[in-house]
Amino acid sequence: MPYSEKLLDYFQNPRCVGEIPDATGVAEVSNPVCGDVMKLWVRVHDGKIADAKFKAQGCSAAIATSSYATEMIVGLDVDSARRITREEIAEALGGLPASKVHCSVLASDAIRAALKGV
Amino acid sequence: MSPVFTENFGNASSIHWFGQQAKALIDDARQHVARLIHAEVSEIVFLSGGTEADNFAIRGIAESQKAKGRHIITSRIEHHAVLHTCKDLEKQGCEVTWIPVSRDGVVDPEDIRRAIRPDTILISIMHANNEIGTIQPIAEIGRIAEQADVYFHSDGVQSAGKIAVDVRALKVDLYSISGHKIHGPKGVGALFIKKGTILKPLITGGGHERNRRSGTENVAGIVGLGEAARLAREGLQTEMPRVGALRDRLEQGLKSRIDSIHVNGEKAARLPNTSNIMVDFAEGEGLVISLDLKGVAVSTGSACSSGSMEPSHVLTAIGKTPDEAHGSLRFSLSSLTTEEDVDYVVEVLPGIVSRLRELSPYYKRSG
Repeated sequence: MPYSEKLLDYFQNPRCVGEIPDATGVAEVSNPVCGDVMKLWVRVHDGKIADAKFKAQGCSAAIATSSYATEMIVGLDVDSARRITREEIAEALGGLPASKVHCSVLASDAIRAALKGV
Repeated sequence: MSPVFTENFGNASSIHWFGQQAKALIDDARQHVARLIHAEVSEIVFLSGGTEADNFAIRGIAESQKAKGRHIITSRIEHHAVLHTCKDLEKQGCEVTWIPVSRDGVVDPEDIRRAIRPDTILISIMHANNEIGTIQPIAEIGRIAEQADVYFHSDGVQSAGKIAVDVRALKVDLYSISGHKIHGPKGVGALFIKKGTILKPLITGGGHERNRRSGTENVAGIVGLGEAARLAREGLQTEMPRVGALRDRLEQGLKSRIDSIHVNGEKAARLPNTSNIMVDFAEGEGLVISLDLKGVAVSTGSACSSGSMEPSHVLTAIGKTPDEAHGSLRFSLSSLTTEEDVDYVVEVLPGIVSRLRELSPYYKRSG
């Protein structure tokens, strides 16, 4: 198994799954080559992310990084959330094999896209 | 195999008694492999595996037939050992015609006939596909190759030991076999070279294997391959029908419990041990990891499992979109698979699929 226990936990028991009907921002990002897709909903209140939910279709690393990143931004102010890098996400999950680095890119891109214009 | 490491450790090329013991073991193994595919013992060359067998067959002919031409015909669904070897030869000035396959994953022999030119030196078509198990019309292609007087290689790594193989009836000149695909050891294989076929050796040296493949023989590996071939031949009539029935049970069970799944190559003649299932709205690597955590080992044509990022060339060749290809699972069964194993998969996979689909932004529950 190329993954850490923490990553497998987020893959098997993903947090923050769902949709937000009255979201402030929504973004869908995909990797055209491997086909992974992440959709992220955020609700912003007073410059802070009050709630965030995601859905994803992709490999275990894509689902785990999507879930972790979504959980990470809840409670953060918008600017801090935008500054989250793919490295932070990957490191928090015990690192990713080289072939899976693009999964964490998907999550960090989704955050920035969902917060665009917020 | 074990005694070869401890008691009969002789070098088969040596004339002393323990060298001769090793040679006798190799002779026995050669007989078992020859019998498995109805070849003469002198037509079997041992080497390091299926990949080397494919390389030797293709590069050996390309080199020995240079004067006749540089045109090779192969299919789009070959194993990488053939695919990448042909691509490499393209770079070296050979011309390769890549024959497409039907949506069920089968080559049309007429496409091969039409592709033959005066400068065609080799046709290489696998006997059965490694990802979806579809069996190719090798005997028909063999007749076409014989009429056209073109050498014919078939990669039999997946088929030998799983279905009856008769190299005379198939009219192949070269046929690749791998040890570990028939419960033999890894790192050993064989190439059938029909009597009279001139191949330039890939590996030169002490002239082992009748000057066709130099290097001191991997005696333990060869003994293991021979025994595996003997057992596989015995199981052709008894074990393989049982494996085929288990495969059908698996497919029926999964189809009745999971919506939006498809069996690739379902309408074609297939190996009894291979099942390639495409699951819509779920990604193959996620399915593989989930099954692995439940103790089930399967593989996928998903790019996300290989690091290459490209979807399976086989699934692409049968007309699947990259998205479809990403959701494929390959189950390999064997004589060691039990009904309980199959029923366990049928029990756990539906839950895994629905969990992953619940996460998908695209999946809408039917009904």
